[in-house]
Amino acid sequence: MAAGAPVGAGGTSHIYQGSGWKLLAPSWIIIGIFLLAPVVMMAVYSFLTKEFRGGVIWEFSLDAYDQFFFDRGLFGDEPPTLEWTYIGIFWRSIWQAGLATITCLLIGFPTAWFIATRNPESRSIWLFLVTIPYWVNLLIRTVSMKFLIRDTGPLNEFLLALHVIEEPLGLINTNFAVQLGLFYSYLPFMVLPIYAAVERYDFSLSEAAADLYAGTWTILWLVILPVVRPGIIAGCILVFVPSLGAFLAPDLLGGAKTFMIGSLIEEQFKGNAGNWPFGAAASMILLTIVMCVLLVYARNQNKAEVR
Amino acid sequence: MTSPGIAVSVDRVVKRYGSVTALHGVSLDIRENEFFTLLGPSGCGKTTLLRAIAGFEDVTEGHIRLKGKDLVDQPPFKRPVNTVFQQYALFPHMSVTENVMFGLLRKGWNRQEAERRVRDVLELVQLSDFAARKPGQLSGGQQQRVALARALAPRPEVLLLDEPLSALDLKLRQAVRMELKAIQRETGIAFIFVTHDQEEALTMSDRIAVMSSGHVQQVGPPREIYEAPINRFVADFIGETNLLDVTVESVNNGMAKVLLPGNRSFECPAAAVDARGPGHLSVRPERISICAEAAGDLIATVTGHTYLGTDNQLHVKLVDGEVMSIRLQNTESTLLPKAGDVIGLNLEADAARLLAD
Repeated sequence: MAAGAPVGAGGTSHIYQGSGWKLLAPSWIIIGIFLLAPVVMMAVYSFLTKEFRGGVIWEFSLDAYDQFFFDRGLFGDEPPTLEWTYIGIFWRSIWQAGLATITCLLIGFPTAWFIATRNPESRSIWLFLVTIPYWVNLLIRTVSMKFLIRDTGPLNEFLLALHVIEEPLGLINTNFAVQLGLFYSYLPFMVLPIYAAVERYDFSLSEAAADLYAGTWTILWLVILPVVRPGIIAGCILVFVPSLGAFLAPDLLGGAKTFMIGSLIEEQFKGNAGNWPFGAAASMILLTIVMCVLLVYARNQNKAEVR
Repeated sequence: MTSPGIAVSVDRVVKRYGSVTALHGVSLDIRENEFFTLLGPSGCGKTTLLRAIAGFEDVTEGHIRLKGKDLVDQPPFKRPVNTVFQQYALFPHMSVTENVMFGLLRKGWNRQEAERRVRDVLELVQLSDFAARKPGQLSGGQQQRVALARALAPRPEVLLLDEPLSALDLKLRQAVRMELKAIQRETGIAFIFVTHDQEEALTMSDRIAVMSSGHVQQVGPPREIYEAPINRFVADFIGETNLLDVTVESVNNGMAKVLLPGNRSFECPAAAVDARGPGHLSVRPERISICAEAAGDLIATVTGHTYLGTDNQLHVKLVDGEVMSIRLQNTESTLLPKAGDVIGLNLEADAARLLAD
């Protein structure tokens, strides 16, 4: 504040500035207790020694990370070789999440485009329809999906009754079922940010491109997609990140072959068989991957803002 | 079908949106190398017509021919015309160079030629120093020039401009007018310019088509439009005018004798009027002089005046209550009559325009 500012104005701004951090205090407390503390706890646990019936012994150890990356034989006395089991699970998870993201994008973009180009009243109806599944708990939705597509479920029975198929499709416990679950769970996260971007899109840009001899696909590729890219990237991250750590869909819809990171971590904290430091280490590695994805996004956003 | 020297021929074009008719059978010929303006109030159909020429609107009936070729069934990206959009519609993610090069590459120019062309066009609009910038880093006037360069680059046969100056502030707008006119001369292609600003139309155009409610009211050079309007709409829309209710008493050898309000008679060119009966006389405020009450064509009571800098605008009321305005050049303000004075008004016969009822 300038020294010469009128007393009234200075006083007001003093009160205003003074209350700034007080107003933020509740958010800081909530973020501190419920977000930062668990992450820090997780980081600490990942460097502790495991207790056999679950829990930890407060003794520094790199065993959890060692177990994740290296194989030292049954008794731990052989020279270390790279352990592929967990890296494989991570790789499969990334692959599954990536595929789900692409599927959501391919279906979500036209959906968002369709909604954003309706008149304003019907737009809100369509958006409402897209978000309706969210009124039901994710677990219940995923279980319903399981009942729907299992061999004795309505889908198979319907197709059998129509003689479209002679045997149940055997969808359950496959990658396809997991994809279906992920797609169904996270599609709205793709649709909403793309919708927001398309709604702001200036359609005279398409006209300008057509005027400059661009056909429909060229307009989509060279003008529309680059302009709405921030929405697409936001949608992809919002689908990819939770898909990567998802455990409900792979757990309920997939089988042993579709084991994903989420389930791996979950198991480490369940019952007596668990290994808390190992689960914590796997979580930290997952967190690192997610942070990398977010960094790419942040860099993209910065570039977009320069224009 | 199309005579030589005609760039665009608009032939009985009708455009209907459901039950609303935006264009009622509009016919126009736009000559090559001409600065042609579509002028009219908002909703008169001028933008619809421009968009129909560009291909963004289908026409319900009629034909649009470009140098003899019918365009009506061609999509916009196949028409050799380019548009400068009202809000410019520059691609925000591309640099100035990429924006200008867009049309060239789509048209299949090779890169070197395209780059050379971009440099030339940017030089023409004096933006060479801004080639690497993004549109968001430019001022409104610069963006407008990028839009112009982008539309000119692919060498369109006709350039369409949809109120390109309306987003600029007044000072800049006036400067850009002259610049735009110079660029049109230099490129030698027909410009079809849409505006609702009559001053813009008068200062830039070779010819103007005045439109209202989907009809073309009058087509002609600016001077003709201003000095010889053919109906009340044109007289009233272009510039300021005084419209007097008169009675035409006789028409003889192109001259008409009319009875003015206050019952003094007045002789002026008959223009398009050929019969006795009620009519209107349009007289521009600067074509009226004041005199003694007895010597005037009209008798009026002064109600006040407005100082306009170069001029004084005198407000008067006629005996029948009609209000008129008169422009007097600001030379000897001492002669300005005061409110309440009764004065005579002399109309310049040659500048008075007789219009049918």
